[in-house]
Amino acid sequence: MNHLTQFFNSLFLAELFKGLGVTGRYLFKKKITVQYPEEKTPQSYRFRGLHALRRYANGEERCIACKLCEAICPALAISIESEEREDGTRRTKSYDIDLTKCIFCGFCEESCPVDSIVETRIFEYYGEERGDLLMTKEKLLAVGDKYEDQIAADRASDASYR
Amino acid sequence: MVDLILSIYEIPVINILVKIVVILVPLLLTVAYFTYAERKIIGYMQVRIGPNRVGPRGWLQPIADALKLMFKEIIFPSGANKILFTIAPTIAISTALAAWAVVPFGAEMVLADLNVALLYVLAMTSVGVYGVILAGWSSNSKYAVMSTLRTAAQVVSYEIAMGFALVGVVMAARSLNIGEIVMGQSGSIWGWYMWPLLPLFVIYFVSGVAETNRAPFDVAEGESEIVAGFHVEYSGILFAIFFLAEYANMILISIMAALLFMGGWLSPFQGISFLGLGTSFLAGSSIVWLLAKTAIFMFLFLWFRATFPRYRYDQIMRLGWKVFIPITIVWIFVIGIMYYVQLAPWFG
Repeated sequence: MNHLTQFFNSLFLAELFKGLGVTGRYLFKKKITVQYPEEKTPQSYRFRGLHALRRYANGEERCIACKLCEAICPALAISIESEEREDGTRRTKSYDIDLTKCIFCGFCEESCPVDSIVETRIFEYYGEERGDLLMTKEKLLAVGDKYEDQIAADRASDASYR
Repeated sequence: MVDLILSIYEIPVINILVKIVVILVPLLLTVAYFTYAERKIIGYMQVRIGPNRVGPRGWLQPIADALKLMFKEIIFPSGANKILFTIAPTIAISTALAAWAVVPFGAEMVLADLNVALLYVLAMTSVGVYGVILAGWSSNSKYAVMSTLRTAAQVVSYEIAMGFALVGVVMAARSLNIGEIVMGQSGSIWGWYMWPLLPLFVIYFVSGVAETNRAPFDVAEGESEIVAGFHVEYSGILFAIFFLAEYANMILISIMAALLFMGGWLSPFQGISFLGLGTSFLAGSSIVWLLAKTAIFMFLFLWFRATFPRYRYDQIMRLGWKVFIPITIVWIFVIGIMYYVQLAPWFG
């Protein structure tokens, strides 16, 4: 009996019509396409995009050149050189992130004891030459200065989960 | 001035050329917008919206595609046979377009009113396969040859099933002339050959899908295994010509299905008096009905592609040889019996 029903099911293309029914229904479903440049999907405050170096409210840079981020970076994208500033504090001489190497894992941010290096929500950046994607200390501080409000707000919303 | 134009039109060669242009230009435009419809409909079935950037709602997309392909470089692979490599798309497109010579668009609207029109269409679609085979062979590419082998075997087996399906139509209409086949279906919607020949109708269309190497029988292209099959080495306008031929063939299969099984240009409301349509536009025969019926089959091509995964090669062979051909042979005998008992309205 089972064989017989199977035979007639396949002879009358039962499964195929079922499949056509499914696609036929989906033809009239609401489309889920997000038309990117005009529309954007919602972003999490944990989004990991372009890096930034933050400052304290008094303008002092946070980074103390502990090099934890450089040590943990799995892609070896970060390179730091440190020196003693005139006032005797330990600071970075240079702080480079090669974005062509970076895998945006966020470990640098996790490892930072002073919340200096962070990843922002920015993902629509570009470089016209390869060198443009080598973020120097000046560029990173500039990003941090520009987006400090957003960065601070995002850290605040995530604080209760940490 | 009008007289002059009319007198030029009376010259037989000019007359035929004008008719050819009148058939081919809308055909090529339909091909262009068929590709757009394909991308839109398959997109919609996948809950996407498809192309919508070039022009309003993406209406200029096919034109942009055509222009892009025209200006691209034609690359001849090293070791390819250049003559065969260029002849192959020529064969594909010329046969695909030549078959349209005998397609009637109305009772008198036909370029060549052949008495063996059906045979001619079958011949043209068969020769078109040589374009695909030569393309794969002359490309000097492993994938292309692989695709050629698949196409040859597949098309040969489905041509038999398709031929048998059409034998049923010829038996019912007692003519190979497509115009006469359509007129044999007049009377009412029940006069259409799709009712007594329903299995042959289904087999004809499915074989047609296989003949044109469309999903789910697109092993010849098989993007996931052999990249693009026979046209993997083609670029620019030569590739565009293959594309054109494939879509022209799809439309040909659709219009033939409409003509042979669904009464062509005859109205489905013909002879149904209780609707009170009388002799109004809906009840009258016109090219609108033919195009509407063709559009149904063209939509089916796209619907199939959006729905069915590709058949395995042995499944295609099994379907062709062990299912379709036996069913068609049995049904030819059934038609014989229907003919013997003079089953109305088809055989009365």
